[in-house]
Amino acid sequence: MPLAAIAALAAGTYLFRLTGLMFQRRLRIPRRLQHMLAVAPVVLLIALAATSALTEGHGFAGWARPTGVLISGILAARRLPFPVVVIAAAVTTATLRMCGVS
Amino acid sequence: MVFSFILKYMRSIWRTLDRGTLRDIALVCVADAIVGASFGTITVSGGMHLWVPVTMSVLVFAGGAQFAAAGVALAGGSTAAVVVAGLVLNARLVPYGFAVADVLGGRWWTRLLGAHVVVDESVAFTLRQRDRQRRRAAFWTCGLALFVCWNLAVAFGALAGTAIGDTGVFGLDAAFPAVALALVLPALADRGTRNAALLGAAIAVATTPFLPAGLPLLLALAGLVLAGRPAATVEPDPATEAH
Repeated sequence: MPLAAIAALAAGTYLFRLTGLMFQRRLRIPRRLQHMLAVAPVVLLIALAATSALTEGHGFAGWARPTGVLISGILAARRLPFPVVVIAAAVTTATLRMCGVS
Repeated sequence: MVFSFILKYMRSIWRTLDRGTLRDIALVCVADAIVGASFGTITVSGGMHLWVPVTMSVLVFAGGAQFAAAGVALAGGSTAAVVVAGLVLNARLVPYGFAVADVLGGRWWTRLLGAHVVVDESVAFTLRQRDRQRRRAAFWTCGLALFVCWNLAVAFGALAGTAIGDTGVFGLDAAFPAVALALVLPALADRGTRNAALLGAAIAVATTPFLPAGLPLLLALAGLVLAGRPAATVEPDPATEAH
């Protein structure tokens, strides 16, 4: 990732934070927009999870990776600790690959 | 000036905040440190230089946005796509600023410093306290402790990542989507959010074969048409929000 991307993201993020602090009384965000701002991160991260689980470049990533992610998703839904969830994804995928599943 | 300010608050914090709150803040720091270590390991083992996740964590200091930006970058997305993905996640910080503006006082430099540690967790702990002095103590304690823990953990994870040769053998490519999923899973309990996320994910996966990397992720935001109406109150919860 280029330094310019990090710098732009950092500057934009800091401006968002400062805007909220400085214009508290002068700026009104409609509740509907506030709701959108809260839901958008979830939509983006789930889309990121789905694309990075299922695709590699412009094609299918193979079965090992999505299977590992699916298992970890089930464990996360059952509220298992975060390290367990992440390690389960890696171990499942690695095991499948060892068994010859790509 | 900044350090004497921090020391002054460190002393008063122990008298101001109750032990339950301090324990909760410590637990959130530990939980986030684990996420941060995963971020460092996954990004470096995915092919980024050590300084990338470390610099990003210090300067951006927002876990969800860091994961989104790194995800787009690792998939081969353009600089613009990386920045937009991260900023979409961080736009929610504007209303967070409204919620904690009163605790940052009138001095310009406390605002400039405090702004950087406005994150889901620090805002949530601030909003839980009733009087202004406790709100202030909660904000600074959580914000500064988290900043230290998060960045140390990312650096530690990134160093560990340099030791890993072939990520495919260890299944680490599955760890990235697993982290993204685990971070936001609790938020899917809300029906509107869930529908929006499912539609967005379907759009992103369906368009990935045809579009340049990063763009499908931004198209996923079209899923927001299903987001529904806001609940009674919009307050971040440290247990369910992605940092």
